[in-house]
Amino acid sequence: MKTPQTENKEKIVPILSHALNSLLEEAATKSITVMEVCGTHTVAIFRHGLKALLPKSFKLVSGPGCPVCVTDQSEIDAAISIAEREDSIVATYGDMLRVPGSWTSLQECRARGRSVKVVTSVTQALDLAEENPDKNVVFLGVGFETTAPATALALIEAKKRKLDNFLVLCMHKTVPLALEALANSEELSLDGFLLPGHVSVIIGLNPYRFIPEKYGKACAIAGFEPFEIMAGLLEIARQVIKGEPTIKSMYPRAVRPEGNRTAQELLDKVFEPCNAHWRGLGEIPLSGYKMRPEFEIHDASLRLNIEKKPSPLPTGCRCGDVLKGLISPIECPLFGRACTPMKPVGPCMVSSEGSCAAQYKYDRKGQL
Amino acid sequence: MCLAVPHEIIKILDENRAIAAAGPVEVEIRTDMVSDISIGDKVLVHAGFAIEKLQGSEGEEICSLWEELREVMENENASNRK
Repeated sequence: MKTPQTENKEKIVPILSHALNSLLEEAATKSITVMEVCGTHTVAIFRHGLKALLPKSFKLVSGPGCPVCVTDQSEIDAAISIAEREDSIVATYGDMLRVPGSWTSLQECRARGRSVKVVTSVTQALDLAEENPDKNVVFLGVGFETTAPATALALIEAKKRKLDNFLVLCMHKTVPLALEALANSEELSLDGFLLPGHVSVIIGLNPYRFIPEKYGKACAIAGFEPFEIMAGLLEIARQVIKGEPTIKSMYPRAVRPEGNRTAQELLDKVFEPCNAHWRGLGEIPLSGYKMRPEFEIHDASLRLNIEKKPSPLPTGCRCGDVLKGLISPIECPLFGRACTPMKPVGPCMVSSEGSCAAQYKYDRKGQL
Repeated sequence: MCLAVPHEIIKILDENRAIAAAGPVEVEIRTDMVSDISIGDKVLVHAGFAIEKLQGSEGEEICSLWEELREVMENENASNRK
């Protein structure tokens, strides 16, 4: 049964779309290109068919906001090399399981009897470490600022509980510096960014300030309901047309301007910035997290002497260009043929938040 | 992966743990990152952790959007009448 609130939510979407269309028509703006940064936004936009409600002159491109997708091939291979060891149990969020490495995947390792456990929270990996004192339990630390505080908390707890066999392969990345690389891109010439709602819950508004101030790009933070996404896009269009780029949160019930201070303190206590390799974007200085020296005892790379060796991408896979917003998934020659959700070649087809998986599921022929 | 789902706190277990419900599904969550949690509070849960207490409601956000839109539509009507 529809509640008045559900009805309101449904009614307001076409009105927001109408307002966006009128705004662009009136302003006679040539075109506006906006990147939706977050993978959860990408999926919501496809699921609700929002592209069909946008004016023709409003182009929406997907960005690098799926943490699994931007995890570098060398990091995937490093995780797999740990799963191949007899002395270790790999604990991972489910999204990582099917990502193809250079020679196999974690799922295939598990099928061959290797110890790969799927967890829904890092606390389960801590419990695994307690239950298996003779094994290293290696948690795959993948994710942006939304996810990294939980890993930080687990590391603090591991230290307290003296769980020296709890290790983290740290692949966490931070969003704002990746956006700087994209804001700088002449190939893309973006007018604005639809900023990720749940990364912003943690970091607040300040870390994005340089985007309007230095690069003149419009920004809006949005939640994940269709009306919130449309409101975010309308806000970006208003800023672009007025020539007044700024950052506005359209998700005030969740995002405080200062972010979640407790989570920020956890991040700061456990991690320090390091250079990070992003699939598609290459190395971005200081856009990753590594453990501070007092937590290095839990660093899987150091304890297990894991090298992250550069690995070539699968032939023909254009996940890198998809992640930079340079092409849409259907422009990749492998899309829907050699690369499908059943048999993915690149990570964007694997992850539930990947652009290719979303395109395949909701708009395989690229009609929207 | 950055998916976070609104839950309602239904039982406080200790300083850092609570039971929260999303519809009929009840789960144990960690509340280390949010302060002053009470029964009935709405929180966003990501990977087993409450990452923020929700302030206000979706309904209030919709109301404020209606207000903004009314302004846009009034301007539009005014320019159509010219």
